[in-house]
Formats: sequence, C-alpha cells, structure tokens
Amino acid sequence: MTSAASEPRRFRSPWQLRLEARLEQPAWLNLAVSLGAVAVALVIGGIILAVVGGDPLRAYGFMLRASFGNPGVLSDTLTKATPLILVSLAAVVAFRMRLWNIGAEGQFFMGAFGASAVVLTPLLPEGTSAWITLPAMALAGIAAGAVWGFIPGWLKARFGVNEIISTLMMNYIAVSWNNFFIFAVWSEGGFQMSPQFPREAWLPRLTDLGASVPAFRGLTTHLGLAFGVVAAGLVAWILYRSRWGYEIRLLGDNPRAGRYAGISITRNTILVLMLSGGLAGLAGMSEISGVVHRLQGAISPGYGFTGIIIAWLAKLNPLIVVPVSVIFGALILAGREIQPSGLPMLIQGIILVCLIASDFLLRYRPRLVRRAVEA
Amino acid sequence: MDAITILHAGVASGTVLLFATLGEILAERSGVLNLGLEGMMLIGAMSAFSTALATGNPWLGVLVAMLVAGVLSQVHGVIAIQFQADQVVSGLALTFLGTGLSLVFGEGLSRAGAVSLLPTYSLPGLSAIPLLGPILFEDQSIMVYLGYLLVPAMWYFIYRTRPGLHLRAVGEFPAAADALGIQVARLRYLYVFIGGMFAGLSGATISLAVSPGWFSQLTTSGQGWIAIGLVIFAQWDPIRAAAGSYAFGALRRMILDIQGPTTLLGLRNPFFYNPYWGFFLQMLPYAFTIIVLVIGSREAFRKRLGAPAALGLPYIRGERGL
Amino acid sequence: MDQPPLAVAMHGISKRFPGVIANDQVDFELRHGEIHALLGENGAGKSTLMNILTGLYRPDQGSLTVNGKLVEFRSPRDAIQHGIGMVHQHFMLVPTQTVTENILLGLAEPRFHLDLSRYHTIIAELGERFGLQVDPRARIWQLSVGEQQRVEILKMLYRGAQVLILDEPTAVLAPTEIDDLFDTLRSMVAGGKSIVFISHKLDEVGAVADRITVLRKGKATAAGLAADSVDKAELARLMVGREVLFRLDKAPAKPGEVVLRVQGVEAQNDKGLPALRGVDLQVRAGEIVGLAGVAGNGQAELAEAISGQRPISAGQVEMFGEALVTPGRSRLRPSQRIRRLIEAGVSHVPEDRTHVGTAPNLSLTDNVIMKEYRLAPIARGLSIDPRAADDHARDLRQSFDIMAPSIKTPARMLSGGNLQRLILAREISGKPALMVAVQPTRGLDVGAIESVQHLLLEQRDRGAGVLLISEELEELISLSDRLYVIHGGRIMGELTEPDPDPERIGLMMTGTPQSELPPADEP
Repeated sequence: MTSAASEPRRFRSPWQLRLEARLEQPAWLNLAVSLGAVAVALVIGGIILAVVGGDPLRAYGFMLRASFGNPGVLSDTLTKATPLILVSLAAVVAFRMRLWNIGAEGQFFMGAFGASAVVLTPLLPEGTSAWITLPAMALAGIAAGAVWGFIPGWLKARFGVNEIISTLMMNYIAVSWNNFFIFAVWSEGGFQMSPQFPREAWLPRLTDLGASVPAFRGLTTHLGLAFGVVAAGLVAWILYRSRWGYEIRLLGDNPRAGRYAGISITRNTILVLMLSGGLAGLAGMSEISGVVHRLQGAISPGYGFTGIIIAWLAKLNPLIVVPVSVIFGALILAGREIQPSGLPMLIQGIILVCLIASDFLLRYRPRLVRRAVEA
Repeated sequence: MDAITILHAGVASGTVLLFATLGEILAERSGVLNLGLEGMMLIGAMSAFSTALATGNPWLGVLVAMLVAGVLSQVHGVIAIQFQADQVVSGLALTFLGTGLSLVFGEGLSRAGAVSLLPTYSLPGLSAIPLLGPILFEDQSIMVYLGYLLVPAMWYFIYRTRPGLHLRAVGEFPAAADALGIQVARLRYLYVFIGGMFAGLSGATISLAVSPGWFSQLTTSGQGWIAIGLVIFAQWDPIRAAAGSYAFGALRRMILDIQGPTTLLGLRNPFFYNPYWGFFLQMLPYAFTIIVLVIGSREAFRKRLGAPAALGLPYIRGERGL
Repeated sequence: MDQPPLAVAMHGISKRFPGVIANDQVDFELRHGEIHALLGENGAGKSTLMNILTGLYRPDQGSLTVNGKLVEFRSPRDAIQHGIGMVHQHFMLVPTQTVTENILLGLAEPRFHLDLSRYHTIIAELGERFGLQVDPRARIWQLSVGEQQRVEILKMLYRGAQVLILDEPTAVLAPTEIDDLFDTLRSMVAGGKSIVFISHKLDEVGAVADRITVLRKGKATAAGLAADSVDKAELARLMVGREVLFRLDKAPAKPGEVVLRVQGVEAQNDKGLPALRGVDLQVRAGEIVGLAGVAGNGQAELAEAISGQRPISAGQVEMFGEALVTPGRSRLRPSQRIRRLIEAGVSHVPEDRTHVGTAPNLSLTDNVIMKEYRLAPIARGLSIDPRAADDHARDLRQSFDIMAPSIKTPARMLSGGNLQRLILAREISGKPALMVAVQPTRGLDVGAIESVQHLLLEQRDRGAGVLLISEELEELISLSDRLYVIHGGRIMGELTEPDPDPERIGLMMTGTPQSELPPADEP
C-alpha cells in the first residue's frame, strides 16, 4: 500500500492532483521520458548560455555541424566516442551491482600507463611487429586498470570502505603516478611528455588505408572502436546470458537475497570492480595507442565522468551505450571550440539531473481526481 | 620546515575542510547523502571571488557564496526528497552541475586581478600562550576563528538541544519522527540547504582567505571529496571532524614544505634532490583519506555505531519500518 | 437519559489505495473507559482505520468525532493534541537514543536546551505511577521487547493521551508478559483511559475486551458487540465469512530416516550476544517438526544456522549424518557453506519475503531460478538457457497458482500471498530433503494460509522433512507431528503427543524446562 505523495492544499478546489504509484511501466514510456529529459536539459542549457551572452541556437547548430557535418568530423566524433564506449561499459558493469565506481578516470590513466610501459620501458625489443605489440599493450592496459579497480574492491570487501570515495581518491593518485613517469622517467628532452611511440604501437586507423581507399584519407577513426563494440557485445552477453551476470544482477538488486542463494558478495565485489577497471584501462590504452601516440598529462577531458552519465542515460544497458556514446562524443568534440569552455560539462550535469528527476515520472503517475464530498 | 608554521597553515587550510565537513554532517544526520560537495565548494569559491571583485566587499562575497551553494543544493534536495531518486547519482549530478556552472560563469575570472580579501587577526592575550598561541591565535583569518566557535556550537546543537534531537531522529528513524508529528521532509530540506551553505562558506574561505584567487577546478582539487571521507572518519561528530580537518590541513602544508630544505632530520633530503618525488607526496592526502576511511569503517563496525540508519534512503509515509 | 459523548466516533469511513479498497463505509465507536477490540485478519483494514484515527492518513470519505466534537486530523500531531495515541506493532523507537530522548521526541517542551537529567527523573516517576517501570537512561537497543513496549506506552501517556490504540501488542510477548499487559490495561481503564485493542487472535480478544468490532475485507461485519455475547466460532465466522476449520485433515506421519540433526549448536546474534546456547533437535523424513517460541528466543538464528547463513561457535549441523556446518573458521567461505547446504537438499523459506527471499526488481523468472541456476537444464556451461528458465517459470506459475501478469513481471508487483507462493514454488521445485519454513503464513489472508499449509503437508507426505518455525501456536499444533519449544536459545522440551496442551507449551515458552513441568493432568 502506498499513500498519496502530496496532501491537499488549503484552497479547496474540487479537483485534486494525486500521485499514484504506477502498477506497470510501458516500454515506450521509458524512451519518451528519457528523450524528454534530454530535451529539457538542452533547453535549460540554452537558457544559461543566453544568460552569459551566447546564442544558443547558433551554438547548438554549430555543434551539430562540427560533429556530424561531414565524413571528416563524423570520423572525429567516432574517435571521441571510442573511449567513451569503454568507460561507460565500465560504469554499467559496476553500477549493475550497485558498486559506484567513480574511478573510471583513474583506471583510464592507469591503462594508458600500462600500455605505455610496454613500449617505453621497453618490454618488447624494438621492431617487434604490431601483431605482438598491440595485444601486449592491450593486455597491459586492461591489467593495469584491473589492478586499479581491485584496490577499492578489496578495500570494500575486506573493510567495508565506501567505494565512491576510494575510487575517487584513486583518480587523483593515478594522475600523480602518471605525472611522475611523464616528468621524471620517460620525459623527452625536458618536455612534459614521453617520446612518440614507434609505428608498431599505433592502433591502425582508417587513414592508414588512405593509399588504397581515397575516401579514408585523413579519417582518424581507429581500431579502438572495434574494441568498444566488441566489448559492448561481451558485456551484454555477460549480464544477460551468463551465470555470472545473473549473480551480478541479483546482488545489485538485493544483496541479502544473493547471500541467501549462496552467492559471494565479497568475491563478486572484487571481480566486478576488476572487470570495470579493466574496461576503463582498455579505454586508456586505446586512446594512447590510437590517438595520442605518446604518454602525456592531458589525455582525457573527463571521459570517466562522462561515462557515468552515458551509463545512466542508457539505463545501464550495454548495447544502448554505443549510440549514446556517439552522441556524447559529438558533444565533447564540438564543445571544445565553444566558449565558455565549461559548457559541455554543465550540459552533462543538467542532462543527468533531468534524467534522475524524470525517473520519478516512471514510477508515479499524476492523476487529476475529483475530490470526494465528506459526509 | 618548521612545526609551528606547518600547524599554523594546517589550521588555516583545515578550516576549509572543516566547514564542508560540518555541513555534510548536518545533512547526513538528517538522512540525506549529498555527494555534490565538490561542486558546491567550487561554485561558492567562484561566486565569492566574483562578487568581491565586483563590489569590493568580501563579506558580500561570502554571503552570496553561501546563498548560491545553498540554493543549488536544493536541486539535489528536491530530487532526493520529493522525487525520492537515488541519492548517490543525484549527488554526482550536483557535482557536475556545480563544477560546470562555476566554470561557465567563472570564465575569465583568473585573469581578473586582485581582490580584497577577508581580514586576518591576532588575538592579543591568547596568542601569547606557549606553543598553541602562535598556531591558533596569531595571524589567522577570521574564518579560522569562526571555525573554532562553530565546532563546540554544533556539538551542543546536535546533542543537547531539542532541534538537534529532532535532527538525529529524522536521520535514524524517520517513521518514528513522522508519527510524532515531526515534519521529516521539511527538516531534510532545511539541513540540505544548511549543508550547502556551509559548502559555499568553505569555498569562499578558499578564494577569499586561505588560497586567494580563482583557478578553475584546481581551486578545490578534490577537497570536497576528502570532506565526505572525513565525515565517515568523524563518525558524524563535530569534534572528531575538527581533529580530522586540521590534521589534513597540516598534511597538505607539510607536503609543500618538505621539498624545501636540503636536509631532513639530519639526513640528505630526498625530496629536495629529487624534485619529481613531489608527485608521490601529492598522492598523500588522497591515500590518507582512504586510510582514514578504513579506520572509520572498522571502528563503526566494532562499536556497532555508524551512519545514521536512514542515510540515503528516501522516506515514504505508510511503509513499514524505515 | 443523556449519554456521555463517545470518546471516539468514526462514521462512514472509506479509504482506498491504488488497487485496493482498505476501508469501505466503516463505523466505529469507542466509549469512555472501555477496552474495545478491533478484530480482523491480516489485510482486513484494521491498521488503516486506526492510522486514520491517529492522523497518519486522511479518509476519502467519512467523519471523525472526538468527545462529541467533529475533528479533522492533518497529521499525527493533531491526533496527539486531541489525546489520541497509538502504540504501533512495529515499535517506532530510535534504537540509538535513550528512553527519555525517545519520549521527548516531537514535543514543544523543552524549547531549546535539553536538560536530560531532569527529564530522566520525570520519566522514571511516570513509569512508577502506571506500573511501567523502565530505566530512562537506557538506550532502546539495550532493552527487551517488553520493556520497549512500555516505552511506547509511556510515550503516549506522557503526551496526555486519553485514548490509547494498541496494534497487535501481544505479537512479541510471552504468555506471562501478556497477562501483565492485560493487568496494566485494566488499571489504565480504571484510571479513566479508553483503549482500542487491534488483534487477530480470538482468544486474547475474548480475555480482555469489553466490546468487539470485526472487520473483514474493509467492511465492518459487526460493530460494538459485547464480548460476552459471542463465542469464538461466531467471531471467526464474522472475521472470515465461512466456517473456519480449526483442524486440518492430515494423514498420520510415516517418519523415515533422520534428515537433519542439530547437535549442541551455539551461535551469536547480530549484536554479538549469545542467541543459541546449545540446541539439540532432529527432523526425520516424512514428518513436520514444529518449533514454538516467543519471537526473539533464537528461532531466526537457528534457521540461519541450519541454512548456513550464520556461523556457529560450537556444535554441528548434520544432513543425513554428514556434518555440513561446523564451528570456527572452516576452509569454506560463507557463500560456499550456504551453497553446500543448498546442494545437500536444504531449502529455506525465509521470514522476510521482500528483503531476503526475493529480488524485487527482477522478473518472476529470475526469482524462480535463484537456487537452481547452477544446474542443468537451466544452466548451460557458463550461461543460462533463457528458454529453459522461462519454461520452468511458466510451469511453476501455473502449478502453484501464482497470480502475476507474466513471467517477466518484477517480483515487487506481487501481493504478499503470491510472493510467498513464488518462494514456496521455488523451494519446492528443487525437491528438497529438508524444508525450513520460518513464519510462512505471516501476513497472509486465509486463502493463502490454507494453500501454504497444504503445500507443507504435501512435502511431508512426499517424504521431505519439514522444520516449521512459527509464532502461531494453533498452526504449529495442527500441522506438526512433533513439537519442540525454544526459550533463551535452548530447547525446553519436545512434545510428541497428537494434541499437546497449549498451557504446557506456554510454560515452556517462558522458560520452564519440560522436566520441571507438573505432571500432565488426566482429563
């Protein structure tokens, strides 16, 4: 039994707005509400932009053109979407078990570190073919990210440490860690970056095929996109088809029931955060190897945090993450040239707020009810 | 590297953490988890700075900072209390919102020039006390003295007053409070607002007193998150919050100072000769926060105390139990 | 003759919630100085009616008068101001705060500063006056259940309540404590208070009430009946609407080998205090063994120990002679221990359907495969075969009559009775060797109760051993082939006769070991 969420006001109109719990949620409503939330967010963002002196319609139009207007920018959008897909999957996996991994950013950095270490230490002799180098880098990236997820996972399983704060702290630690190596160990000629990677350590891009396919010349989309799409399929299989995924979903919905069914909360806390960290680490490797081609301080405009919003917008569905990541990739790409520079983050924040608020409409239905006459 | 200097600076920068932590203690004691502190502090810092710049009056800056942060945290309040949505995600959204807004509206502020700051004072009689005097009462911002007063005041409020009793009840067992006529939702909105105001105060303390200026996200560099960790370490108690905040403040100062001298404790100072080791020093506050969390969690488990029982759970009248 | 105004009069009260009509044109009158029982089974609308009286809900229709004056309560505060106070079944006490703080909660006095020591004295005196002694400085979690109830009553008396509503007050009390409570109620009434006593237990109602009102499915089937004018059978009929059989039709038991043996088990509860102090019992195949006891004497911990969810500090739990739960840090992780027991054929129907037994947002299918998802045909290597799972869910939905729109419906949409059917379906489909059922019929309507009881009997007839842990003595007596009684974490005795004497059971429930009971009387 639930009670009315609002009580009648002093003014006694014959009608009364009651909020009733919905007994069922039609699928179309979910989509409609999400799209509505995004639309409202864009409007609010536009208003704020107008307040600081910008022109919202021109800005939004510019953003659309700058991200989808021609094959070149479309390719750039996909390139930006690539790490987003992976970090969003990292968030999806963790959030499904109600583990709030806010550390995807740090795990991303560590993944970049791991991949760079393979090349820069160097772990493999010079000239090793890309067929060996790239998988080694990917494995190193995943491993480094997984370790970075393991630590907060173990702390939570063993001591009950709140993972929101521990994963966040690990973000800052990861940045300092990378900075040390960038400035002190691998620095090139005193600059704040490592030497450029050899060609074998570059993920193949479409533009590499430019000689045989002229249309691909200049297109920056790289193999990392395939990583992302494959990972999305893999995560979907894990969550919806595998036994482990069932355990994750059960633990996320009701940990006590999971325990009652004989599922280990501690083991899964650690494993899920390792998987989540590994996915984010792979994102780091992909960005380093596919776009930047060296280790430097600025490799992420907050991908880890955007990933959380994408995961929420996709309602924690790994397949829907892919198209949503493309949209946010567009937002980040176009947003780079927009003044003021804080606008993309602000819009992301507003979208998240509207999304959460709109969840309310999915659970309750407003109804106009004729007030009963008292006896 | 001198203990007095470090502790003196520690108390100053610890005050920033203290305000944010105290505010969050109030909000969480009422049952609402507000993870948006980092964003609230940033927008507080930015509004304080820009208001002081525009009007020449730092006090007005403080006031505006508190109001802006308080109002913004009501967004989270509405989502958490009225819409009863997940408080973790809502808090994160608030962080994005606060950070984004402060970056957008703070565009160009870092180049804006100097601003009149909040005054600093030395208290004549008290600063003569050996050891503690120069640390606590000499040449400290007025905000620091405010902090000294707030800690015992808040302790008294929470444990020895009627509104404090109601606050605790609302966070532990809202159904019981409701059945006795206490307005659970209204109180929660109030304390979320107050918590936001404290976060704004904290931000103003940064930009107008302790680390004057506006440096985009570097202004706070994660102190909002550290404050949330400190709340757990403090076991939701103002006195422990003060201890933790000042200790962290001292740590941050120590990290800076330790790289200065050529010798450390009579030995060659590795941080002087290897300046890049400074990056590891930078990790310390964050690593310490984790350690502090481990201690706090184990203690809570041991003493069977811990968070207010209804923390993070929306209250719906008519449901059995909480 | 001018009659004094009624303490409380409710006329034509109606209240509906989404999907259910809780109160339908109900009339209720409370006279000054009487104990008025409000009788009805779970879900009949008693709590809703009283929640309206105490201002927690607003009626959709109807009126409310207190002492002859028409009133409208906007909140519990209004009701308290009019002298109406409720002692809830689930206590509304803040565990970490002291008795005094709990009693002072919500009051306008003291204005700001809390002078606790002064109020400690005041509360202690209040307790003395009404015979409800309790230590005002104690924190609620340190008090026994009976003492907590006293605090709840004191809370209302402190606020000057003249009308006291008690919601199922005896649910958590031992028989002697119940007698004490009834004495307290009678003396309060002699002192001028009026009391409403909500219950679904016919015996108690007869013992203490002056008048009775019966609710069934939201309607009042009888209002203000004098207690000595009706007998139990008629009350039952008013409650349920048809002849209620107090005895179940059951074939004699054919017990086989020993399935479960609990030997000398000791364990702690969540607070670290000893909950089980050396429990010995056994269950054989083909029998229902009941465990009677007042809530809080170790039953919950015993069920958890047997199903592996609670570690034990001494003794052992054996299934078919093999020790599966042993004390101390075994090589097994808790999850492995629990799984081992599930695989050995132990099924557990938990007390808490929503927080332990099911996952509210997962579908029916997902809930149904909770114990079997590791086994073929539902498991297929590392994955789960969705078709096999769905087929299984459809089968169970049909054979157990689970009312749900589809197998994809989330479990939280199911009513209490259907949720229990879901849990039973799941547990039974694994053909368990032992079923541990804890309070399986709590909160269910009569139809659901009957089907649950029949399912348990079916399992017993199939050859499973059933350990039935319940607070409903009648249910235990009618279903069990043998009966243990637990008190303070120890077994007080074992009764094997077909018609055990409830009085002897009651004595054991309050701490008298079987060996010390007076010899059974011959009729």
